[in-house]
Amino acid sequence: MYRYDEFDHTFMAERVAQFSRQVARRMSGEMTEEQFRPLRLMNGLYLQLHAYMLRVNVPYGSLSSTQLRGLAEIARKYDRNYGHFTTRQNIQYNWVKLDEMPALLGDLAKIEMHGIQSSGNCIRNTTSDQYAGASADEIEDPRVYCEIIRQWSTLHPEFSYLPRKFKIAVTGAPKDRAAVALHDIGLRLYHNAEGKTGFEVLVGGGQGRTPVIAKTIRKWLEPEDMLSYLEAIVRVYNLWGRRDNKYKARIKILVNATGIDEFRNQVDAEWDKIKDTKLQLDAEEIERIRAYFASPAYETLPDYSAELIAHGEQNSAFKAWLASNTAAHKVTGYLIVNLSLKSPKQPPGDITSEQMLATADLADHYNFGELRVNHRQNLTFTDVRQVDVYELWQKLAALDLATPNIGKVSDIIACPGLDYCALANARSIPIAERIQQRFEDIDRLHDVGELSLNISGCMNACGHHHVGNIGILGVEKKGQEYYQFTLGGSSTEDAALGDRTGPGFSTDEVVNAVDRILSTYIEQRDDVEETFLETYRRVGMAPFKEALYGAN
Amino acid sequence: MPHMVIANTLKDGRVVFLSNDGSWTAAIADGELAQDEPAASSLLANSKSPANINIVIDPQLIEVNETDHGRQPTAYREYIRAYGPSVKNPG
Repeated sequence: MYRYDEFDHTFMAERVAQFSRQVARRMSGEMTEEQFRPLRLMNGLYLQLHAYMLRVNVPYGSLSSTQLRGLAEIARKYDRNYGHFTTRQNIQYNWVKLDEMPALLGDLAKIEMHGIQSSGNCIRNTTSDQYAGASADEIEDPRVYCEIIRQWSTLHPEFSYLPRKFKIAVTGAPKDRAAVALHDIGLRLYHNAEGKTGFEVLVGGGQGRTPVIAKTIRKWLEPEDMLSYLEAIVRVYNLWGRRDNKYKARIKILVNATGIDEFRNQVDAEWDKIKDTKLQLDAEEIERIRAYFASPAYETLPDYSAELIAHGEQNSAFKAWLASNTAAHKVTGYLIVNLSLKSPKQPPGDITSEQMLATADLADHYNFGELRVNHRQNLTFTDVRQVDVYELWQKLAALDLATPNIGKVSDIIACPGLDYCALANARSIPIAERIQQRFEDIDRLHDVGELSLNISGCMNACGHHHVGNIGILGVEKKGQEYYQFTLGGSSTEDAALGDRTGPGFSTDEVVNAVDRILSTYIEQRDDVEETFLETYRRVGMAPFKEALYGAN
Repeated sequence: MPHMVIANTLKDGRVVFLSNDGSWTAAIADGELAQDEPAASSLLANSKSPANINIVIDPQLIEVNETDHGRQPTAYREYIRAYGPSVKNPG
């Protein structure tokens, strides 16, 4: 993992001191709320419905066990004993107090974390594949480039007041687990015909009220040109992005209005001017950063998968969990293990201090003291010895972190919705809970198979409803909550926006509607191997529409 | 329909209501009810007094129903603000 250097520590101490002075000036009345609001937002502090909310960056989703313990302690000391992991691999605290912020930020700095640029019209936390460095299908570790982008984009003086927020994601594997096509810039590492590693660069993706799948702006980019090319894109956007209407201010609107070819020309013209400047990354610098992400000290181990499967034959709960919550590792004898934060007992992405502390201990014991947050609001242990997996499962189950539902219908992405969020129109969490309760039966869950169900409480789409295989959008109509459905969305390498089914459903009807969609899929699928998305793409909307609204 | 003034406190962001003595209360039942438009305007003006600028953020009028189960804001958003999330804290 990247560790703070002396400069980072000094900067953080100065920043905490600066924000502490700003809080004191606001509390004393020396500063008005209007003056203070942008300053608190720059440090990740929002005001939501019931309290202040602090968003803390988890750079590209990587956490050490020490950091997780620190986050648990913060939840216990300054919040209501829990935190909420988000679709941007960050953690949010829902009940923090302004007068305690200086102490809280000081505690965060001790674990090398902060909320700077987790809000505002700047470059936000760069996100990535939660399996980075470990997955069997990886081409190159994307965290190296995420860290370089983090250092370049943090407090970048030119990009502190962009027309709107700006999100970058990087994947190093052909299987896209980072939703790169739904970002302002998406970077895909791949090997060209000569076997060299470089990037495909996508631009102008995003969700919100105007969802757009990103377009390829450059098919091949040398890694050493990454920063100069990113700088050229963001500079063109900063110059021409709209500032008169916040709903038309994202780069996706500019790219659509300009046309991808003309936008590319403008970026290339800018790039020509800066390509050979200090933004050029030399191989030595890339290697210096790569050293922070060196593989852990893997042992030479035999393949233990047959023994794990044999365990599963004697224990159906373990078998179901092994099938859905683990993934292949690049090193023989190891497995990737996902910790589900989608138990029906807790809101999606929520984790208590006790669970955090216990998870940190498990990370130390089984996973080289590290873990990842992923964009589907779960946690990942990337490097577990296969021989330890059965024991780890037992310990996770005791913590309610082993619901066997990763990639299944109850592995729901849900925004905080109207229960917490000042922007929401409808609640998300109770809908997620009801769906999870309906599909608690493991056999049914696994019969339905691979499926993403995403819920947003408003059209800002923090719950990624546009790209859920089943998407649910909460709206408010005459004081009542209604839920509209989309089908066929995908956030992976075959990214697609869902198609709207028709009129929405009331809170009481929404779970039955999900049930009818799934029953229709089971009737329509060719065989159990055909996923929901494949079936939908083959048969189209008609049978689902009929199941939801009747023949007429 | 009666109105109340709702706001968040500066210090900790918690939801409060303006009461008839000019103080802020966390209990909706203890807040001042304005029965007509002039009373509501006066209540809102009081909430924005210089003394309140450093106590609360963004005071606003909300419509409230008086029911057998107590006062209920008519907008669901404000109902959730007044009574808290509809889901329990996991912590």
